[in-house]
Amino acid sequence: MWAFIHKLGSPKWFYGISARLQPWFWVAATVLIVVGSAWGLAFAPADYQQGNSFRIIYVHVPAAFLAQSIFVSMAVAGFIFMVWKIKIADMAAAMMAPLGAAMTFVALFSGAVWGMPTWGTWWMWDARLTSMLILLFLYFGVIALRGAFSSRDSASRAASVLAMVGVINIPIIKYSVDWWYTLHQPATFSVTSRPAMPVEMWAPLLIMVLGFYCFFIALTLMRIRSEILRRESSKRWVRELAGGVS
Amino acid sequence: MAFDSLSAFLAMGGHGAYVWSAWGLTGLLLVGVVVHARAERRALLRDLRRRTRREQRHGASGAAATPVLHQEGHARES
Repeated sequence: MWAFIHKLGSPKWFYGISARLQPWFWVAATVLIVVGSAWGLAFAPADYQQGNSFRIIYVHVPAAFLAQSIFVSMAVAGFIFMVWKIKIADMAAAMMAPLGAAMTFVALFSGAVWGMPTWGTWWMWDARLTSMLILLFLYFGVIALRGAFSSRDSASRAASVLAMVGVINIPIIKYSVDWWYTLHQPATFSVTSRPAMPVEMWAPLLIMVLGFYCFFIALTLMRIRSEILRRESSKRWVRELAGGVS
Repeated sequence: MAFDSLSAFLAMGGHGAYVWSAWGLTGLLLVGVVVHARAERRALLRDLRRRTRREQRHGASGAAATPVLHQEGHARES
């Protein structure tokens, strides 16, 4: 077990294994997102109350899931980096932050354009909406912190601490719809109960969520490999790689 | 199929602007981050190759002959 973790932490080993894993996640992400999009946009039945505006759910919910999952991943990676000094964990945290910010923005934007025809307003200082906006600012903070230090180690530690502290916001986002039920509806999916939607509506949603997760994994693997090239550029194996393989 | 025609599909029952702007932004960002990641990787590899070549030129005048020769062999293969 420990040997495996140590191997996983070695940039050279990770560079090789991620190259083999990456294509599978890209293929899965593409297939799932294409199928989920076609199904959600054209084949799922219109909602009896909201009509076709409900089709925004198929980008809104996956983006919101990723926005929160990426922040939790970043906090976990930050913790691993702080405790065990595993460099790959810090690289992963650095590389996933921009996608997390993008997904938070997608969730906020798609929520706003869904809110207009449904609630009659783009924005309200509802607890769910506000805590998601705070998440976006936390992402900006983590990204800015990384750029604010001349020493990489200080930057990594500061970003890790902010991610670990900021992760408190995640349960607040999750339970905000139950604690302060003002505008946003409660969760669409739950592990313990059956979805309130018919299967033709939630199946494409599940496919989209899985597709977004595969996309996140594929992109993060790809970007960690780039980050390894950047940080380990003086290592001999990286040099040999640059001379031959593209 | 939930729509009778392409125009009905595009209109989304009058909610076309909302649905397509949300989907459009999502698609744009997903494609955008992939394009960025590919450009990032290509630029890093180009930079690494350039640095390796520069060091080879310096290395030819003296020190560290063995690793330099080894790397040159690789460069020629590509």
